[in-house]
Amino acid sequence: MSDKSHDPNKMTGAAMIVRALIDHGVQHIFGYPGGAVLPIYDEIFQQDKVEHILVRHEQGAGHAAEGYARSTGKPGVVLVTSGPGATNMVTPLTDALMDSIPLVCITGQVPTHLIGNDAFQECDTVGITRPCTKHNWLVRDVNDLAKVLHEAFYVASTGRPGPVVVDVPKDVQFAVGTYHPPRKSDVHLSYAPRVKGDAGQIRKAVALLASAKRPVIYSGGGVINSGPEAAKLLRELVEVTGFPITSTLMGLGAYPASGPNWLGMLGMHGTYEANMAMHDCDAMLCVGARFDDRITGRTDAFSPNSKKIHIDIDPSSINKNIRVDIPIIGDCGNVLGDLLQVFKAEAKKPDIRPWWQEIAKWRARNSLSYKKNNDVILPQFAIQKLFEATRGRDTYITTEVGQHQMWAAQFFGFEEPHRWMTSGGLGTMGYGLPAALGVQVAHPDSLVIDIAGDASVQMTMQEMSTAVQYELPIKIFILNNQYMGMVRQWQQLLHGNRLSHSYSEALPDFVKLADAFGCVGLQAIKPGDLEGAIKEMISVKRPVLFDCRVAALENCFPMIPSGKAHNEMLLPAEANDEATAAAFAAGKALV
Amino acid sequence: MNQPASAYFMEERRVPTEAHTLSVLVQNEPGVLARVIGLFSGRGYNIESLTVSETENQKHVSRITIVTTGTPMVIEQIKHQLDRMVPVYRVVDMTLSGRSIERELAMVKLRGTGEHRVEALRLAEAFRARVIDATTESFVFEITGNSAKINQFIDLMRPLGLVEVSRTGVAAIGRGAEGM
Ligand SMILES: Cc1ncc(C[n+]2csc(CCOP(=O)(O)OP(=O)(O)O)c2C)c(N)n1
Ligand SMILES: [Mg+2]
Repeated sequence: MSDKSHDPNKMTGAAMIVRALIDHGVQHIFGYPGGAVLPIYDEIFQQDKVEHILVRHEQGAGHAAEGYARSTGKPGVVLVTSGPGATNMVTPLTDALMDSIPLVCITGQVPTHLIGNDAFQECDTVGITRPCTKHNWLVRDVNDLAKVLHEAFYVASTGRPGPVVVDVPKDVQFAVGTYHPPRKSDVHLSYAPRVKGDAGQIRKAVALLASAKRPVIYSGGGVINSGPEAAKLLRELVEVTGFPITSTLMGLGAYPASGPNWLGMLGMHGTYEANMAMHDCDAMLCVGARFDDRITGRTDAFSPNSKKIHIDIDPSSINKNIRVDIPIIGDCGNVLGDLLQVFKAEAKKPDIRPWWQEIAKWRARNSLSYKKNNDVILPQFAIQKLFEATRGRDTYITTEVGQHQMWAAQFFGFEEPHRWMTSGGLGTMGYGLPAALGVQVAHPDSLVIDIAGDASVQMTMQEMSTAVQYELPIKIFILNNQYMGMVRQWQQLLHGNRLSHSYSEALPDFVKLADAFGCVGLQAIKPGDLEGAIKEMISVKRPVLFDCRVAALENCFPMIPSGKAHNEMLLPAEANDEATAAAFAAGKALV
Repeated sequence: MNQPASAYFMEERRVPTEAHTLSVLVQNEPGVLARVIGLFSGRGYNIESLTVSETENQKHVSRITIVTTGTPMVIEQIKHQLDRMVPVYRVVDMTLSGRSIERELAMVKLRGTGEHRVEALRLAEAFRARVIDATTESFVFEITGNSAKINQFIDLMRPLGLVEVSRTGVAAIGRGAEGM
C-alpha cells in the first residue's frame, strides 16, 4: 500500500464534495443526476449522512432548496449536472439572488480538457450564472476544491445572503487531492461584510425616533434573514416605542399579524392604512427592506415629508431608489439590538396619540373588505377559511405568483418569521410547489401549504411525483379562477379588457391529476364545501391537490396603480369602472 | 430635488451627470474582469474608459481604473455595487478625492508628405509626443497625458493625415505619500 492511503484527507474531488457537505452540517440536498456528476452521485450512494432528494426538474430542486433555506435559516444545497442541468437552475438562482436566499449549487462540468470545445452538455456555467449569483467558481484543480466549497458556504450564508455556484469538471471529481476542514483562510480577504452599525448613526436615529410625531416602522426580508433574534428585537422595539409597523411581502411574520401595532403589508397591494402612514409620516425607520418599486410607487412622491432611517447590511441598497437621511450599514439584528439599548437608555416613548387617531381613521376604511357571496367561493374568503382552519397549528405557507399570492399575503396572518415563503423579487410562477417540498423536508411533521394559482401550479406540477416518492404530505391549495388572474386584472384595468391569452384553457382535472400522481385530490365548488374540504386536506397525511374553484373575475384590491403615489390608492369600494379607468390611464407603459 | 423619478417614468427627469474615475483593487482571478464589466452592462452604467493590469504579482492583486458617467446617485450606486463583489478589495473615487493624477498613453499614426509632415512634427514637439516609428511617408507618435490633452492632439493631427489611434485608457493614482 502506498503512503497515500494512510492520509485520511487524501480523497477524490467527488468525495471531498460529500465530505464538505457533512462538515457544513448539511442533512439534505436536492438534485438531479447526469453524466457530469456521476462520480458525486456514486459517493452519495455510499454514505448515509446526507440525504438526497431526487426532484423531477432541476428548477424544482432550486426552489425546494430555497424553501428549505427560508424556513430553516440554513443554506439550501443543490446538485445538478452540466449543460441543461445548470441552465435549468438559472431561474431559482435568480430568484434566490433577488430575495437574498442562501443557496449552494454544485454543478458538474465537462472535463477540463474539453472546456471550450462545445463538448456534449457543455455550457459556460460560470458565465451564465455570474449575473444571477452572489459569487461563483469554476474549480480546475482538485486541491482548490475544499477551499472553494468552504468559501461557498461562507459567502452564501453571511452578509446579505445569496446563491452561489461551484462548477466542478468531471476530471476534478475523479482526481485525488488533499481535503481540509473549513478554516478562516478559505475566504477571500476582500470579502468582509459589515455587521455592526455605526454608533454615531444609531444615536442620530434614536434622536429622530424619540422626537417623531408621526413615526412608522417599515420592515422587510432582511429582518427574517438576520435570524429569529432580529424579529424578537423588532417586536421589542415596537413595544418600547409604541410605533406603528408595516412590512414588505418578504418581511411578513417578523412582527405578528395579531399585534396591536400592525398596519398590514404595504405597497402595491398593501393596506390603505399602511400606505397612508408611509406617505404621511414624519419619521420612517426602514429595517432590512430596499425601497423597491412595488413598495414605493411613484418615487418622487414617496413619503415626501419624512426623515428616513435605513438599516441594511448591503451598502448598495442604501440611496439606490430613495434618498435617506440616516443610513446605518449593518446586520438588522445587530443594529436593532444597539438601537434598542440606546433608546432605552436615552429616550422615552414619544406621545403619538394623535397619529394613532389618524391611523384609526384610515383603518376604518377597511381596505381589505370584499362583498360576501353565497353562491361562489371568493378567493379572499377561501384564504380566510384556510387561515382559520390552520390557526394554532404548526403551519408553513408557500405561494405561487399572481392574485392568489397577494390575497394570501393580505388574508393569512403570520405570527412568526420563517413561516412564509414566496417569490417576491423575481415573481416566479412555479416557485411554491417545489418550495413547499423543501419546507416539508426540513419540517417533516409540520403542515405545509402551497397557496397556488391554476396557471402557476402547472409550471412545476411534476414535483408532485417527488412529494409522493418521499412521502412529503404537502398541500397544494389551488385558487382556481381559470385565469391567469393577475394578468387578466391588468388587461382589464389597462388594456380595455382585451383578455389576450390569459384564459386557462384546457385546464387539467386537478382531482384526477392527483389520482394519477398517487396523491389525494379534493375539490370545493360552493362556499359551503370549503370548511369540510379544508379539514379533510389537513387531516390526510399524504400530499394533496386541492382544487378550490373560486370566482373567475375577482380583482385584487386595494391597489396603487403603477406610477401613482401611496395616497392615490384605489380601494375596493371605489373601484368602479370609471374610477379605475382614470386611475390607470397614465400607467400603461409601466410594470 | 435629487430624487430620480423611478422605473416608472419613461422620460427620466434630467439630473446632470458627472464623470468619475474609479480605482478598483481586485483579486486577480479568472472572471473578475467579466464580473466588473457585467455589472456595468447589466445595470446600464456607462464605461467611458477601462484599464486593467496586475499590479502586485505576489498577492495577485490587479488594479482596474474605470471612467464612468452618471448622476451623483448612480455614481454612488456603482461604487457600492463594485465594493460588494467578493473579489473586490477597495473602490476609491479618484474624482471625489480631488487629489489624483490621470494619464493615458496614445499611439497616433499619420500618413503624409511635405508641409503636413513638418507641421505634424512641430506640433508633436509642442505636445511632447515622441516619434516611435517613421517611414518616408508616415509617423507613429507616442503621447502621454490626460485625456483632454490627447484628444486635443488627435484633433490637431486629423487634417494632417491621421490614419489611426490606439489608446490605453485612463490610469489614475493619488498625489502625496498615501496609498489607496
Ligand atoms: C414564470 C413566470 N411567467 C410569467 C409570469 C407573469 N405572470 C404573473 S402573474 C401571472 C398569472 C398567474 O396565474 P395564476 O397562477 O392562475 O394565479 P392568479 O393570478 O390567477 O391567482 C403571470 C402569467 C410570472 N410571474 N412568472
Ligand atoms: Mg388563476
